Amino acid sequence: MKRKSRIIARLDIKNDFVIKGIHLEGLRKVGNPNELALKYYNDGIDEIILMDAVAAYYDRNSLSEIVKRTCHNVFVPITVGGGIRKIEDIQIALNSGADKVAINTQAVNEPNFIRRSSEVFGSQCIIGSIDAKKKSNKNWEVFIDNGREPTGKDVLEWARELEFLGAGEIMITSIDQEGTKKGFDIELNKALSEILTIPIISCGGAGHVNHISELILNTNIDAVAIASILHYKLDEIPKLKETLNDHEVINVRL
Amino acid sequence: MKIVIVDYGIGNVRSIYNAFSYQGLNPILSNDSEVILNADGLVLPGVGAFSHAMKNLIKYNLINIIKNYAKTGKPLLGICLGMQLLLEESEEFGYTKGIGLIKGKVVKLPFNKSNQVKLPSIGWCGIKSNVVKWEKTILNEINLNSEMYFVHSFVSNVTDQNEILSVTDYYDFTFCSTLKKGNIYGCQFHPEKSSIVGLKIIKNFIDICK
Repeated sequence: MKRKSRIIARLDIKNDFVIKGIHLEGLRKVGNPNELALKYYNDGIDEIILMDAVAAYYDRNSLSEIVKRTCHNVFVPITVGGGIRKIEDIQIALNSGADKVAINTQAVNEPNFIRRSSEVFGSQCIIGSIDAKKKSNKNWEVFIDNGREPTGKDVLEWARELEFLGAGEIMITSIDQEGTKKGFDIELNKALSEILTIPIISCGGAGHVNHISELILNTNIDAVAIASILHYKLDEIPKLKETLNDHEVINVRL
Repeated sequence: MKIVIVDYGIGNVRSIYNAFSYQGLNPILSNDSEVILNADGLVLPGVGAFSHAMKNLIKYNLINIIKNYAKTGKPLLGICLGMQLLLEESEEFGYTKGIGLIKGKVVKLPFNKSNQVKLPSIGWCGIKSNVVKWEKTILNEINLNSEMYFVHSFVSNVTDQNEILSVTDYYDFTFCSTLKKGNIYGCQFHPEKSSIVGLKIIKNFIDICK
């Protein structure tokens, strides 16, 4: 049997608050990270991603206390992202209780960092994170520094390179769709899942359970990261998962 | 009760530590032979590469200590790579010798792009029973097809069917997801990351250590 599609809660964090923006900008406080992580865990979320939303921009990395507190009472996989630049940053995240790290800006600045870190910690620990912006039909550009800086890199080529360098998963965030609650960039996810042989986590755009089922039905992605649906209480996790499982070909953990 | 988590510089042991402290225990992280041999229950964690983990076990002189501990008949639990290390050998990067407490070989999950199989295999999957009954084991009172969290590219090909406590399907391939040989246990999934069901397995292990 195929692995079940994973439903992941993504918590973007700034100054100890979970925040949410639109197109990764215009950030608004929505709650306390530990309280929200615990609530989503109790509600049956499959994984949790904690992202330092401004770390890459401000050149810092400050989530370890939040991670430590979270993993005391949250017993599902935890990914930490934002501001991971050195092998020591990964070690600190793992020692704090993270299972995986998501690396974006540093991978673009130094691609070999993905190879080195996957050799030290194993591929299963390293998520290559990509922020993508649509340029034209079937053409997306990689952005870094939390969606602020264009790189000139093609998303599909970069994803393939991340896989080659040893990333164990790819997390793709559509900047165009992020925070809009208007659904995923299906074309982008479809194109990616046709060329990669490692699991894909899709982010950006989920505002309704139908957006998730549309994504799973039309692409071969493995996991969906949601934020607005949960933070703005547009749906409850158990109900959302049951709705997904009502589709004959969709399978999620209940 | 003394639960010792083998500390040999591999992976994230904090979650395992937290899962035991959630049950009211204060587990000890150690690579000291005396501490390990005096444990009431021993946990061998591990993620990443088999060969790298074996190198570290050798570096800390832990192979014989773990073997000697196992001979005492006290409970041992290998988690994920920690389970695979209990076998005789792995085909990861050619050939690497394991601890050898369990007969069998660690092999790669069959990979097939046309089948849309992806590696590493990451996510939640059910565990089913094999020939051995689950009562009085770490799977005591766990429902059939309970979903556990897996992240792996390799699996344990356990020779003796009587040592396979549970199996799990991955596409059309079935592998050993929990093994039991006397008081030696191994689980391919991460109980410490498998929500309430996983915590129950940790509790079962503690009960066996009593």
